[in-house]
Amino acid sequence: MKLSSDIRFGATSVLVAASVLAAVADDAWKLPAEKVDLKPGKGREVVIGQCSLCHSVDYLTTQPPLTKAGWTASVDKMRSKYGAPVPTNAVPLLVEYLVGQYGKADPQP
Amino acid sequence: MIAKYMGHNPTLKERKMGRRRFVGMAAVAAGVAATSDGLAAELLEMPFENGSRELVRYPQKRPLIRLTSRPPQLETPMSVFNEGLLTPNDAFFVRYHLAGSPPAQELLGDDAFTLSVAGSVERPLELKVAELKRRFELSEVVAVNQCSGNGRGLFVPRVPGGQSGNGAMGCARWRGVRLADVLKAAGVKAGAKQVLFDGMDKPPTGTIPDFVKVLEADQALDPDILLATEMNGEPLPWLNGFPLRLVVPGHYGTYWIKHLHRIIVLDEAFQGYWMDPAYRIPDDPCAHVAPGSKPRRTIPISRFNVRSFITSLTAGSVVREGEVVRVRGIAFDGGAGIREVVFSEDEGRNWRSAELSPELGRFGFREWTLGWKPAGKGARVLWARATNRLGESQPLEALWNPAGYMRNVVEPVKVMIS
Repeated sequence: MKLSSDIRFGATSVLVAASVLAAVADDAWKLPAEKVDLKPGKGREVVIGQCSLCHSVDYLTTQPPLTKAGWTASVDKMRSKYGAPVPTNAVPLLVEYLVGQYGKADPQP
Repeated sequence: MIAKYMGHNPTLKERKMGRRRFVGMAAVAAGVAATSDGLAAELLEMPFENGSRELVRYPQKRPLIRLTSRPPQLETPMSVFNEGLLTPNDAFFVRYHLAGSPPAQELLGDDAFTLSVAGSVERPLELKVAELKRRFELSEVVAVNQCSGNGRGLFVPRVPGGQSGNGAMGCARWRGVRLADVLKAAGVKAGAKQVLFDGMDKPPTGTIPDFVKVLEADQALDPDILLATEMNGEPLPWLNGFPLRLVVPGHYGTYWIKHLHRIIVLDEAFQGYWMDPAYRIPDDPCAHVAPGSKPRRTIPISRFNVRSFITSLTAGSVVREGEVVRVRGIAFDGGAGIREVVFSEDEGRNWRSAELSPELGRFGFREWTLGWKPAGKGARVLWARATNRLGESQPLEALWNPAGYMRNVVEPVKVMIS
């Protein structure tokens, strides 16, 4: 229950951020539209909701394929260093999507 | 609106199927994709995995390589560096950290924008840009600005972070007033340790640390450091810091605070996130550690190391056997100046000295040229390697650090002799 309300919060903020950009009236000061092109997969909407709060998701798609440890470290950095309000119970789903769609297997021991 | 955000881009996906055609740093236009505003965007492929990029036109910019949308990060196509030693304003790279960037127009106009100088000073100042230009002597410097992570995408093993090719750099003629003069007018108190610089770009949430940087108090009095209002004879472009930015010649772009509106003289060392743990390098003369390992001690990143590029030939360029071509390129360093550039067509077994063009200043791109007569058909790897006036040069094998900073390996360019 808590998770879904946090997700909604994230999605609303994306709309707010987008309309702030769009509100710059003068064309000379207008930024091109933001691009979101995430692969389908379980957790995609949660990733969009949570990550887009602070940055466009091309931050994810342009990363090299990271291992589970790598994506976990990235999500953790967003939460601990940047204070991203990602709820703890959303982390496993975020990591699962990121490893599944933009990651790679752990190296063989 | 959300539907647009979830838009799928089949052209880009298709490109990923069979893309190995494109290698090297030649940012080759490789297709088109429909953007959300209905215009076709050129696609290109950087020479590393997940390297698909769109060329996108931003305000006051020609189409540049878009790394991220919010905040904007744009990279200069390498071909621009072959056009001249000063990078045109409309091609100059853009790098922001925080999603509240760039600041809106209404915050940057004459009425709204003020520079304040405060903290440990005798006479705090509040200055409009016009006052700043009237009150202090104007000064100019030709200087390279380069992102700390320029070339991060080329690191092996790969490291997370902004995945730039080598185009997060540029050289411009900056004009403005000397930071030292402004600090002297404010009267820095004895015992000051550092000077803090803050721009108008703001984080999207209160939890994210604002992007501020510091210089040591004695370093801040270096007469080369400018509060710049102009770039190549024009007002700064919006995305390069209009109306005022810090210019710290020879130092990585992280210190070149854009939309600079607050200078605070500090009595003690600043401990904020963007100085520590961010933007730090291994405390080692070459800023490197064994690939995959962590540095034991780190220090703030500071001056550029030596770099050089071949710009007249790119990966896949075709030259004719027996016909002399003029090979051209650029070199730069952290301000000692370039002493020599050497060229090799046999992976370092033999080197020849290139001719250096007159210097635009010790902080700028230095042009080098050399006549080369290709012999023997087939693929050929070309190297250029610069040395500065301190004798510092470039490694033949890439050095590695976990943040992907300070790449300066000799960059091979594989051409075809026909």
